[in-house]
Amino acid sequence: MAAKISIRDLTKVFYKKGSSMTALQNVSIDVQDGEFVCFIGPSGCGKTTLLRILADLETPSTGEFTIARDKEDRPLQSMVFQEKGVIPWLTVEENVAFGLKMRHLPKNIIKERTSYYLAKVGLDKFAKIYPKDLSGGMKQRVSIARAFANDPEILLMDEPFAALDEQNKFILQEELLNIWSETKKTVLFITHSIDEALLLSDRILLMSSQPGRIIDEKVVDLPRPRNMEQVRADPTMAHHFKDIWNHLHNEVQNSRE
Amino acid sequence: MREKHIDPIHDPIAVEQEDWRKRQIRNRFKQVLTISSPIFILLLWEFLSRTDLIDARFFPPPTKIVGTFLMMGTSGELFSHIGISLYRIFAGFLLGVIPAIILGLIMGLYSPIRHFLSPLIMALMPIPTLALLPIIIIIFGVGEVSKVVTIAGSVFFPVIINTVAGVVNIDRIYLDVAKNYGADSKNFFFKIALPGSLPVMLEGIQMGQAIALLTIVAAEMMGANSGIGYLIWTSYKAFLLQEMYVGLVLISFFGFLFSLILRGFQNKLLPWR
Ligand SMILES: Nc1ncnc2c1ncn2[C@@H]1O[C@H](COP(=O)(O)OP(=O)(O)O)[C@@H](O)[C@H]1O
Ligand SMILES: [Mg+2]
Repeated sequence: MAAKISIRDLTKVFYKKGSSMTALQNVSIDVQDGEFVCFIGPSGCGKTTLLRILADLETPSTGEFTIARDKEDRPLQSMVFQEKGVIPWLTVEENVAFGLKMRHLPKNIIKERTSYYLAKVGLDKFAKIYPKDLSGGMKQRVSIARAFANDPEILLMDEPFAALDEQNKFILQEELLNIWSETKKTVLFITHSIDEALLLSDRILLMSSQPGRIIDEKVVDLPRPRNMEQVRADPTMAHHFKDIWNHLHNEVQNSRE
Repeated sequence: MREKHIDPIHDPIAVEQEDWRKRQIRNRFKQVLTISSPIFILLLWEFLSRTDLIDARFFPPPTKIVGTFLMMGTSGELFSHIGISLYRIFAGFLLGVIPAIILGLIMGLYSPIRHFLSPLIMALMPIPTLALLPIIIIIFGVGEVSKVVTIAGSVFFPVIINTVAGVVNIDRIYLDVAKNYGADSKNFFFKIALPGSLPVMLEGIQMGQAIALLTIVAAEMMGANSGIGYLIWTSYKAFLLQEMYVGLVLISFFGFLFSLILRGFQNKLLPWR
């Protein structure tokens, strides 16, 4: 089976006034259709840069990537931004409908899909409200609903829950898994939480400190649907956790030397 | 359940209620302060003028100014002055604001255009439009058009500068969101740049409104035979100081009124703030 996302030798150098900085070095990844892949790596290792390249917000210096298109009228990718990605002058509803409106879909389809995903994330009562009146967790729900409503080929998520408190994080992770299991979209998800990665993903890619490379991967074959208790109770997962923890520890040490 | 006797001093709700009442009184007091300063000045003025502590010829008591206003009002001439001034302000305001917004949004969104036009705007801005009045009259004649153009010219600059600043300062992440979700240039313009820059733009429009009033009075003093500015100028020259004060008070009143109207607009247009 051909890969849904195939990234080949992707390198990104940031160049400024004579000094250059390699953010990503020869990154090659294949992601299968419907796979949920998490990226873990020390901060500054180029995770955001990688997602921004795939999101067409940044151009790679060398190398290439392809995202396979199943349906002609689908957008290739939609991004859930770290935080603050909800547009303050649009209501909750308008934010969720944003991608659909930008693509000039028929009004009834926009309405239908928007209200479906609003209900899905439990924000149907807040449809007409402006984001200023929402909590951080509710804003990220808007972001997630907007991305799913857009029905892209793949979803890109850059630490969407990083700014949330622990309880909200658990709830949103569960909700995300719910929506995802319905659509089976291919997801690339950045996190710095090992627990989150083990709970969500089929595969975890470990990145080195700067310049960012993929140096290891962990397959998470815990059956779905999962919850955090199962993840915590499973000995293999405990083993993974320790490995990833050590990996991060080493990479942070390396980057200090 | 245990019966509990609540001591009124230690009832938490009562304590907070008392605190809330005190805050209300303090707010009321501040409102009274805001209204009281103009009233105080007017009363002082009236008193000093009536008791000849200041020269009543130069500073006629406010009640006399009101009387003069009523007298002038009954003749109907006053209202034609007000009407023509308001017409010039509105027409000039719109003629200045609309192109300033459009050009400002374009400059804000497209940096090559911004870099190309910025020096022109910077160089033209410090020139008082009033200093150009002779040239404007040569080009547009002595009629209404030249006054409207003068006002438009002075309203244009604060609005365009604030509009550009408003667009440039929109958080980059919203531009990324729009790009990622496939916004075309029309949507960038109307869904991102326009609403995102609106708060700063409206501050510029507020400034433009004040400048429009300053300009209309001066322009009518220099080259007109009607309008509030003309009224002030001719009254002054004829030493009809009460009539002159009527003109000044009218300008002050309209400035205040326009500010209030624009504030109202601001709250309507920015429900998301
Ligand atoms: N536009 C840019 N210009 C210059 N350097 C950048 C830019 N974007 C990111 N970087 C640098 O690239 C490195 C990787 O950044 P990023 O991808 O944000 O890391 P991560 O998301 O893994 O924390 C960082 O050192 C960062 O400073
Ligand atoms: Mg990042």
